Amino acid sequence: MIHHIDLSSVLRRSVCALYSNLVTRPTGVAVRSEIEQLVADCPGRTLTVIDFTHVGLLDYSCADEVVAKLLLKCDGYFVFRGLHEAHIDAIETTLARYDLALVVEQLDGSARLVGTVGDAERLAWQMVHRWGRADAPTLAATLGTAAPEAERLLDTLSTRRLLVRLNSIYLPIGSLQ
Amino acid sequence: MTHVIPVPTSLDDASFEQVLGPLAALAPEEKVLLDARHTRFASPYGLIGLLTVAQSRATKPELVPPEDHDVASYWARTGFYQHADGLFDLRGPGSRTRAGGDSQVLLEITPVVQSSDVHSVVDRIQERAQKILSKELSIDAQASIRFVMTLSEVCQNIVEHAGRGGWVAVQTYKWQKRLGRRVVQIAVADAGIGFRRSLESLPGRQPPAPGDRWDDGTALEEAVIRGVSRFRDRGRGQGLAGARNFLGKWSGKLSIRSGTARIAIVPSWDEDTPLLEDLALFPGAQVQITIPERTAASAAA
Repeated sequence: MIHHIDLSSVLRRSVCALYSNLVTRPTGVAVRSEIEQLVADCPGRTLTVIDFTHVGLLDYSCADEVVAKLLLKCDGYFVFRGLHEAHIDAIETTLARYDLALVVEQLDGSARLVGTVGDAERLAWQMVHRWGRADAPTLAATLGTAAPEAERLLDTLSTRRLLVRLNSIYLPIGSLQ
Repeated sequence: MTHVIPVPTSLDDASFEQVLGPLAALAPEEKVLLDARHTRFASPYGLIGLLTVAQSRATKPELVPPEDHDVASYWARTGFYQHADGLFDLRGPGSRTRAGGDSQVLLEITPVVQSSDVHSVVDRIQERAQKILSKELSIDAQASIRFVMTLSEVCQNIVEHAGRGGWVAVQTYKWQKRLGRRVVQIAVADAGIGFRRSLESLPGRQPPAPGDRWDDGTALEEAVIRGVSRFRDRGRGQGLAGARNFLGKWSGKLSIRSGTARIAIVPSWDEDTPLLEDLALFPGAQVQITIPERTAASAAA
């Protein structure tokens, strides 16, 4: 199941109809609580697209509550959309505190990783995105590494919910859309 | 007996110590008159500093505003009298001066008590900041956004840590003699519990071991340099860290005065002392952020 959550709508609904900026920790807590509830209402494996398009400012406190704590507390897969440079700056700073990473959908529709990811993991993730799907032997052959090492990389990305694992196949989470 | 304390001719973060020094020597209930008749210049830090000083006195102090019409008019334009009215017994005609003249006030003196006040500050400054910062200080749109993020975080420190309300004000200046460039200054102050007492309230915090240093200076170092917060949550303490990061990129200056100490992140254009201790007691916290105009030379540096 795929959710699309317009953050500015959630902000106006859960905090104040006049707000367009995601600032202050209490605001972040209120917005995250509503997102958690929306995700919890949907059973099974879910992909949630969090859309920042109409959000003005995002400060560090709100980035911590709305993004980092959402990833820590909420099951399911997330893609973040509509982020501008300053949003990403706040999000990267807060993700670094927890060694977290997430998938951002860029304006042209391509995806990128933001946050704390090792070089090998990042490369593996890029390969899977380029191919649309991958298994460990294919990745190992391309990277010139042993299959168990390729599998470890893919499993790490899957555990971090940056890829989806279906049996022995790994898929980009954007492909669930 | 009323103790008369002259307000310096030029009231800024450095000269404000001339107000705090004599005040700290007086019990909170003693009568005080702050004499600003001859004051010709006041920074946002100085003006909201006066408000926090009044807030921390048990007996309402008296204040004589500047005699000079232009200066009194500027104080009115910043909203100073509006907030001073309930905190001081205002003496003389200066406090009735109407606001006038050109304004480089980006944000008038604004109270910060709860989270909704931070939203209000951000909403009010966003549009003006983008226009003035890009036009006068050559600060691009993305950096203007980070400027407002920094403002939001320092205001939240009042709500989360001070235990009572404070104020914020933002102003641009031309620092011709000192820097030869324009600057924008944010001043935030409260008369709350201060950094040391805030950190001491961390649940489960052990008292310092015998011989270990623990004072206002170390509390400021922990909060500003090491990002320690009174909350155990790992996500806390990012506000000041983010502000430092932004100021580092833009050669900005951050100074925080709390208790008997003052810490500063000093850029290359300034010669301030990074840590001052054994100052007169100020119960809460005073924060000043200065960001200079971007020039081709500063960008290359």
